[in-house]
Amino acid sequence: MTHHQDHRSGVGALNRRRVLLGAAAVGGFLVVDIGAVLYAGGWVGSGKRLTRHTFIDGFKWANGPQIGFRKNHGKGVAVAGYFDSNGNGREISKAKVFQPGRTPVQGRFSLASGNAHQADTAASARGLGLAFGYPGGEQWRTAMLNLPVFPDNSPQGFYDRLIAGKVSPATGKPDPKANAQFLAAHPETAAAMKIIAAAPKTSGFGDSPFHGLNAFYFVNAAGTRTPVRWSFIPLQQPGQSTASSSDPNFLFNDLIRRFRAGPLQWRLLLTMGTADDQVHDATLPWPADRRSIDAGTLTLTTVSTEAPGNARDINFDPLVLPPGIERSEDPLLSPRSAVYAASHTLRANEPTSTPAVNVNEVAL
Amino acid sequence: VTTEIADVAPTVAPPRFTTLSRILHWLTAVAIFSALFIGFVMVNSTGNYATLLVVHKALGVTILIIVVVRIANRVTHPAPALPGSVHRLERWAIAGSELSLYVLMLAQPLIGWAMVSAAGTPVVVFGLHLPPIAPVNLTVFGVLRESHTVLAYLLVIVIAAHISAVLMHAIGLGDGMLRRMTFRLPGR
Repeated sequence: MTHHQDHRSGVGALNRRRVLLGAAAVGGFLVVDIGAVLYAGGWVGSGKRLTRHTFIDGFKWANGPQIGFRKNHGKGVAVAGYFDSNGNGREISKAKVFQPGRTPVQGRFSLASGNAHQADTAASARGLGLAFGYPGGEQWRTAMLNLPVFPDNSPQGFYDRLIAGKVSPATGKPDPKANAQFLAAHPETAAAMKIIAAAPKTSGFGDSPFHGLNAFYFVNAAGTRTPVRWSFIPLQQPGQSTASSSDPNFLFNDLIRRFRAGPLQWRLLLTMGTADDQVHDATLPWPADRRSIDAGTLTLTTVSTEAPGNARDINFDPLVLPPGIERSEDPLLSPRSAVYAASHTLRANEPTSTPAVNVNEVAL
Repeated sequence: VTTEIADVAPTVAPPRFTTLSRILHWLTAVAIFSALFIGFVMVNSTGNYATLLVVHKALGVTILIIVVVRIANRVTHPAPALPGSVHRLERWAIAGSELSLYVLMLAQPLIGWAMVSAAGTPVVVFGLHLPPIAPVNLTVFGVLRESHTVLAYLLVIVIAAHISAVLMHAIGLGDGMLRRMTFRLPGR
């Protein structure tokens, strides 16, 4: 007790200099601490850094808030089925999905652009997201387009195209001047658009090929790394265009009718790059003579309205990869993963909205 | 040493935490500071996001392991007596702050793990697949993801209060509070 008293009297005498020093130390620490949090959180010193919020704000500016929907590829339907591997993929990847046998698949057909209620057009870029083995421990997720190359080779290019492509409420079309300025600033996109325009046209989702666009590395059991781009080639015969100005869902309705006739199938082609082929530019195709491995058949058996528990809830993050597939140096991959995560988080906390496509409302 | 500060400092060295406790404390400090800083940077970066996420998850699991060991160690090895300069009310505050730190340090990595599980995404850390610990559900994911952010800010606040209090005691009152957790330097 005496000991305590002694201490108290020492404190009671309170060395003024000392307390000031203590307060200064606390103040200095708090400045550094709060400064670090503000810097790390991007509130100060971030300049014109492209963050996930830049993209989310860009989507919101171009399309409105789209409550409850993905901030890009907002319009879609859920599908499910399986992948039958023939074992050929083992040559370049040790992933379980390429062992002979069947892997369950959840997927989602969608339209590019963030407007979840946009009207289908013959020219709409079509997307297919797939999650192999979802929700198991070893998954392969991919978000693909029916385009032979991606229009952008950098996150900045994607963002600039998003901003330039905002549909004007007056004309129903993007501002041609903004688009011309964008293409002048992004010759890689202008070149990619030519390749895209030259690709064969398809009538709908069921007869479209879907391409992974970004390059990835496949790693086999021996540890050999091979640059790969993958494509799903339709086994359906080309259909007649069902384009209709009176049916804003004609692409999806055609898909749903196709499913009523039976499962839809695609062949998985793994195209191998050589040491000469770049892996960092999604706007540039590889030479047409590159060898492809036919790794098996994707069979989609069911189509459903987006709902809790189906593909609505899946983030088709292109970097959810199994051992045997690895990300490449493509600068789009990490930003895609980051922005997809932001969109997923955002809509997980938003009220649910009614999707544009309701499978049960499609007449036979 | 004849500075004024040294003159007022207690001449009898205060009791320290055990060596293991002190090692665990500073390991946690470094790991939590890194995980928080990387976490805040990560959610604002695009090009480095994927790499930072791998590091962040590894730190999270490391923290979880250290904290479990720390809790076992804390239960079996009580803290040394506080300096006499600590008042009774402050003792309650210290106990409360220590308890909230332990709760937050344990909860935060578990919520991170659960939120990845709820997204239906494989939980891969150090190349190892961890089992899911939450049902795959978008709403559950949303709640856990928000909680992860809230707990990150709570950790920042509670850690800032913890460090401020120790600095005020060690420097402002010179009661040797910090020495309970430091290592004896050669020559001291």
